[in-house]
Amino acid sequence: MVKLSAILGLIVLMSLSAFADTPREITGKAVLAEDTAEKLTLLKSLEGSTDPLIPELLTKWKEGELFIYEPEGAPKAVVLLTGEKDADDKLAAIDLATNSPLKAEDGSALRLTTDEVTSADTDSDIRLAMKTITDLFAIADPNPLRRYKAIEQIGLDQNPEKLAALQVQQARESDAKCRRALEQSIALIQLKSEDPATQISACNTLSGLGSIAAQDALRTLGRETATSNPPVSTAANDALAAIGRHVKLVNTYGTAFRGLSLGSVLLVVAIGLAITFGLMGVINMAHGELIAVGAYTTYLVQNIFGPGIALSPFGWKLSIPGFATTGSTYDAYFLVALPLSFLAAAGVGIVLERGIIRWLYRRPLESLLATWGVSLVLQQVFRLVFGANNVQVDSPAWLSGNWTVYDVILGWNRVFVIAFAVAIVVGTWLLLTKTPMGLLIRAVTQNRTMAASMGVRTERVNMFTFAFGSGLAGLAGAFLSQIGNVGPSLGQSYIVDSFMTVVVGGVGSIFGTVISAVGIGVTDQSLQQILGNPVLGKILVLAAIILFLQWKPAGLFVTKSRSLES
Amino acid sequence: MVPQPPPTPQEILARLEIFLIGSCSIFLILILPLLNVTGDIDNFTLNLWGKYLCYGILALSVDLLWGYTGLLSLGQALFFSLGGYMMGMYLMRMIGSLGQYKMPIPDFLVFLGWTDLPTFWKPFDSFLFAAIMIVLLPGLIAYVFGFLAFRSRIKGVYFSILTQAITYAAALMFFRNDMLMGGNNGFTDFKFILGQNLREPATQRGLYIATAVLTVGTFLLCRWLTTTKFGLVQRAIRDSETRVLFSGYAAANYKLFVFVLCAVIAGIGGALYVPQVGIINPGEMTPEKSLEAVVWCAVGGRGTLVGPILGAVGVNALKSWATRAYPDLWLIILGVLFILVVLFLPKGIAGIPGMLAKLFKRIPKEPPPAEPIVEQPVVAKEAQA
Repeated sequence: MVKLSAILGLIVLMSLSAFADTPREITGKAVLAEDTAEKLTLLKSLEGSTDPLIPELLTKWKEGELFIYEPEGAPKAVVLLTGEKDADDKLAAIDLATNSPLKAEDGSALRLTTDEVTSADTDSDIRLAMKTITDLFAIADPNPLRRYKAIEQIGLDQNPEKLAALQVQQARESDAKCRRALEQSIALIQLKSEDPATQISACNTLSGLGSIAAQDALRTLGRETATSNPPVSTAANDALAAIGRHVKLVNTYGTAFRGLSLGSVLLVVAIGLAITFGLMGVINMAHGELIAVGAYTTYLVQNIFGPGIALSPFGWKLSIPGFATTGSTYDAYFLVALPLSFLAAAGVGIVLERGIIRWLYRRPLESLLATWGVSLVLQQVFRLVFGANNVQVDSPAWLSGNWTVYDVILGWNRVFVIAFAVAIVVGTWLLLTKTPMGLLIRAVTQNRTMAASMGVRTERVNMFTFAFGSGLAGLAGAFLSQIGNVGPSLGQSYIVDSFMTVVVGGVGSIFGTVISAVGIGVTDQSLQQILGNPVLGKILVLAAIILFLQWKPAGLFVTKSRSLES
Repeated sequence: MVPQPPPTPQEILARLEIFLIGSCSIFLILILPLLNVTGDIDNFTLNLWGKYLCYGILALSVDLLWGYTGLLSLGQALFFSLGGYMMGMYLMRMIGSLGQYKMPIPDFLVFLGWTDLPTFWKPFDSFLFAAIMIVLLPGLIAYVFGFLAFRSRIKGVYFSILTQAITYAAALMFFRNDMLMGGNNGFTDFKFILGQNLREPATQRGLYIATAVLTVGTFLLCRWLTTTKFGLVQRAIRDSETRVLFSGYAAANYKLFVFVLCAVIAGIGGALYVPQVGIINPGEMTPEKSLEAVVWCAVGGRGTLVGPILGAVGVNALKSWATRAYPDLWLIILGVLFILVVLFLPKGIAGIPGMLAKLFKRIPKEPPPAEPIVEQPVVAKEAQA
């Protein structure tokens, strides 16, 4: 009967607390509760709350800073004693429930000595419950990302005391990523268990999860139990092997992805060159600087959307006011920058073609030299206008961040560059094969004299083609600004790679460029993965390309020609 | 003896040329160092001229390839710096224990944690060995690369791009510390060469004279080579490789020989360059440096032998002046100069007299005769014989 009424009372208490009671009041009630069971129930009601006050209050309780004050003729109160001790050894008493000074009957603030109060005590059960609540507090964070990190960290600490908290959270976790982390952390803690069966099942769980983080713990377990408990050791080693296979798979996928993304970067950079060099036969050494034109255009557009920019080219003062936008409007700058980069680079391309290159169509080696001169001039102009240092281009929010699939981290900008490369290639292909302009371009590049005698205005087609190729370089620049630094020598770091890509693919073949870009990208990343050294990987790729050209001197896809001197 | 007919204009020109070459050689080899001894030219200027002449040797190697064989190699900077590095290794060994760390091995090796000399460094104690390597290493690399490239008929632009790639790859390699070639910083702080103190003006003068002699020697060698039948085939390859092939010449072997020869010439230039400027690092090895050498050659006049030397000295003198007078605009000056030369002076400075002469001739006679290609009929004749 007594028990029943106690439970009933508790239920009433709990329902009350669920409605109205603040964490302060609940903690106060728990301190005052007579019975340990009641205290535990009250504490349990705090579980899952996200009020940062709770761990603070509980710590105070645990460390004996909460006191029970029992004035005569008044209900008991839980107080905190704070402030400086006065002459009578008295301290200011703060009521826990209201967080305000406890009033005496006459309304004045009450001061108490430590002898007038009793310290709120705890026992092991209560301390465990409190611990669970504080642990849960971190792993119940409403932000899934922070929650995920806390859960993962607890698992790595392998502290058996926190097992209970994790299990509580597991029962109510809804986020899939966090569920997985919980499973991993619980299994990790269970590895420390005394019971071999639990240990073995934890090993199996970890192996099933392919948990990369658990490798160290498993290795330790395998070593420690090698003689004392062979079955556990075997389970641990099996799990380790399974995780090793998983890691290998993840690395392979990761390498493939990075290779694909590097290939896309190469492709984006080289596709403009595939037009100007591949189709038109112009060795444009200033191609890299056209890329930089695109990147700097993006930088300018970004600053115009943002705070504006002050430049001092050649001693003049030039300040461009900005719209000072923020949020998604600011992020939209990139969408504006893309077409503008294309146009800016295309404009420079037209000037280049009209001014210099059109005199050199019959002297390709000399176009190499003249455009190198252009490249020097442009680099120095960048330096004078934008400074010799790299400038900062922020990525829009929708291009930063990443996406983890099966333990492989895919950066958004990397995913985007792949999509972008596909879009550019498809666009170029459509332009070249499905439009009247494309027909003219192909006619002129295949046989300029013949096209001219058929009435094609080759001059104009040349100009357009070169502008188009240059514009593509500008687009590439807009892109590179999102994944790397923008500086005066941005183009230089890509020029050798882009020529290589076009040559390997077969000059004149857009499709060949695509294949060779992806091939070089994947080979480069795989070699880096195998050798563990980026520079060595790059050197080997260059060597491989030179050897490859021994086998296919004209590249992967040879454009057929009956001309003797091609 | 039958009385000689009066000399034709060609003969007069040839005599004039011999006179000019002779007097220039005497000026470079004898008079400049003498003026230095008397103090009319300071050590800095003489050293600068030594540097220019090293560039001149490099430009000659570019010209023999590009101007005479039609192979635009962007790898000459690689061979130049390889020669430089071989000399640098010898010079590093000559520092002995006088480095910062007072150890018997080069400082950067101490810094990398080495206590003993790596095996491949050991023979560089001998100048003879270093001298052999200066010739051998660039030659060998050129041979291997050239053999592969010419065998699969890589030519024109492809050759340029491939040589650019191999230079780039080599620079990346030399930038690495575990290459044990000084990494980023390369070699510097040289002290002695052949027992002489490098800081002494007399040593620098000796190096200058060696450079001048070698420049003139290389010039004469190239001049002789281009007048032989070999030189004729060389130019025929430049003008139409296919016709040369159809005439039964193994064009690949000719090209390979020229390529190796030019690599060796560039290597020697580099080896002389390093003790005079006192530093060699991978920055000298980049494709841009090769392109710069091509600029000198183009500005001076390719397809002539005086042109490259004129270009190397002229452009570098301009550079020395402009980098001090207009440090910000120097690259723009170089770039614009280059564009203008390519567009308006395809034959460079050395071609100006020819252009003027042509202009002069064009005024009385109306239809200007198309420039005939002289070499081709000769090749055809030889093939028939």
